[in-house]
Amino acid sequence: MPIKHPNLKLTRLTDAVPAWTGDIAPEYLYEICQQVRDGGGRLVALWGSDDRHQGGGFVLHVTLMNESGLVCLNVPLPVEHPEYPDISRIFPAASRMQRAAYDMLGIYAQEGHDHRKWLRHGAWHSGSFPLRKDFDAAASLTHEPEDYPFVHVEGQGVHEIPVGPVHAGIIEPGHFRFSIIGERVLRLEQHLGYVHKGIEKRFESMNLQQGAKLAGRVSGDSTVAYAWAYAMAAESIAGVTPSSRALWMRALLLERERVANHLGDLGYLGNDVALSFGFAQFWILKEQVLRNNAALFGHRYLMDKIVPGGVTVNLDVEGKNIIERECDMLEQQVRILRGVYDEHAGLQDRFIGTGVVTPKLAAQLGLCGLAGRASAQAWDARVQFACAPYDKLDVQMATYRNGDVAARAIVRFGELFESLRLQRDILVNLVHEDEAPIPLEKLPPNGLGIGLVEGWRGEVLVAIHTDAQGDLTRVHPHDPSWQNWPLLEHAVVNDIVPDFPLINKSFNLSYSGQDL
Amino acid sequence: MYQILKQIYKTGIKTETPPQADEAMRVDAQRLQQEILDVFGGALSIRQVDAGSCNGCELEIHAVNNAYYNIEGLGIKFVASPRHADLLLVTGPVSRHMEVALKRTYDATPEPKLVVAVGDCACNGGIFGESYATCGKVANVIPVDVVVSGCPPTPTAILQGILTAISARK
Repeated sequence: MPIKHPNLKLTRLTDAVPAWTGDIAPEYLYEICQQVRDGGGRLVALWGSDDRHQGGGFVLHVTLMNESGLVCLNVPLPVEHPEYPDISRIFPAASRMQRAAYDMLGIYAQEGHDHRKWLRHGAWHSGSFPLRKDFDAAASLTHEPEDYPFVHVEGQGVHEIPVGPVHAGIIEPGHFRFSIIGERVLRLEQHLGYVHKGIEKRFESMNLQQGAKLAGRVSGDSTVAYAWAYAMAAESIAGVTPSSRALWMRALLLERERVANHLGDLGYLGNDVALSFGFAQFWILKEQVLRNNAALFGHRYLMDKIVPGGVTVNLDVEGKNIIERECDMLEQQVRILRGVYDEHAGLQDRFIGTGVVTPKLAAQLGLCGLAGRASAQAWDARVQFACAPYDKLDVQMATYRNGDVAARAIVRFGELFESLRLQRDILVNLVHEDEAPIPLEKLPPNGLGIGLVEGWRGEVLVAIHTDAQGDLTRVHPHDPSWQNWPLLEHAVVNDIVPDFPLINKSFNLSYSGQDL
Repeated sequence: MYQILKQIYKTGIKTETPPQADEAMRVDAQRLQQEILDVFGGALSIRQVDAGSCNGCELEIHAVNNAYYNIEGLGIKFVASPRHADLLLVTGPVSRHMEVALKRTYDATPEPKLVVAVGDCACNGGIFGESYATCGKVANVIPVDVVVSGCPPTPTAILQGILTAISARK
């Protein structure tokens, strides 16, 4: 049992990862969170649901993680005053999630220190909440002017640089407000939510199979991770386990997604310090991986290849040979390029000591995933909660302590080589068999399923709630970027403005994944 | 330095032949004027605007910059401001939070200008559709000249869409 509390009765979910769920009254939430925090645990996700149509009220869901596994706490809230204790004092990462939960559902944290809107800009009225079942989309539309109350820094010589939402490069939109003195950044404040496109509401009108496609498009660069997490959640509710071949195949696809993204990022990190050689070289390698994906699996980014119940792709002997040759080629080429990066004084000068997140701050604020591991936060779902087939793979976690741009590059190199090793191991175990996914037309009623997958950026969680008919009544996809965006605000302090693109790229966080 | 030069030499030239323009991708014939072609000639500046995409289309737009597709080799480059741009490359269903920003970007782009909508969502709203949070396809917000479908479209298709937008009608 991961958490012991007299008022909490946990039940184990039939899940691929160790996960429990239990109901708890709002008055005990704070002390349970404190208990988990004191034991070294973390907040993974926070969302709300509207169960009024099923005879309930609003429910707050808080998913915590400690060394035993995941715990999803369900906190029933009264319909008239759907309030709960603010947990952002324990887990600072909760702050934006709580603000989003208010914007989307109208449930709110008592005594929260920040009540500004987060996902809502000016597209719908402040009194209407899209995730309420009685939300009237047509009546809620508005064109309120944008009036986000940024925190202003005052004093002699301080001025502001507003950046975005349309950025100078080929990047997703978001707003960054820099307060600077001379060239140095005194404060950065982010304003996100520009690509909010109603994903969570959209899920509610979809069946299980359509939902799988949408899950794969929450954040296009992590489509495999999301599709797997969604499938894992659905399979958990249905109580089925896909064939071992399907699971090996999923791991292969996930590692290929990691390799492709790390190659792309390493190229851009070189580019951002004016070493365009790095961009050219790494993107040649990435293109070769993408082309092999297209040839072997029919999609360059592997979208829609993982479905609830299994996978839709197969790999024959010739395909395995292609991947093996690709791994050998990448291993050799990336070693050469890492040598170039290591020896390049100009590059190292820009990388080292830039955008530092100390391990202490990372632990305090809950930095996770790849960026977390570069700041000594040794969490990797493939290691701690190794679901099949990772339980047979013995993943070696890449970690580093410096927490700067250089550390995040080093962790990427480490994970890249490890992913190549894993792919080779997976190929040995992957049998070639034409086999359809387990048919999952409909899920059992009133279920809760959690999927947790270590994507290339960090842990991706998808939670599925089904209603009395077994339809999707609430789906919450959670991106690790929720945890990591606030740390970027800290990482740039005292660096110069021109280093921001480099620092930002070294995190490479998702806008779409957190804006939903 | 030796290692870099050696690696460049060993890598060789990867750039492939660009695709031909495809008239089927053109939406609005009226907007295409000889004047536009005369102005742009063979050199084109593009401002990319993500108006709400999942970032999938951006991955492929990055890829058109890689050595295989080498868009810069065709005289086409991505610029940092709409005021420097001849063509807007717009992705995503247009989120309602990006509607104003997209319109302002369009207004800031000097005439004559072209708009290429990239990806299924930009063409028809895609899987996200129209909702309280999205305006759907790009053409619902600003005029569009060429659409490139796909989820995401391949770099070749994106390149083809751009070339279609600037090529003369036969």
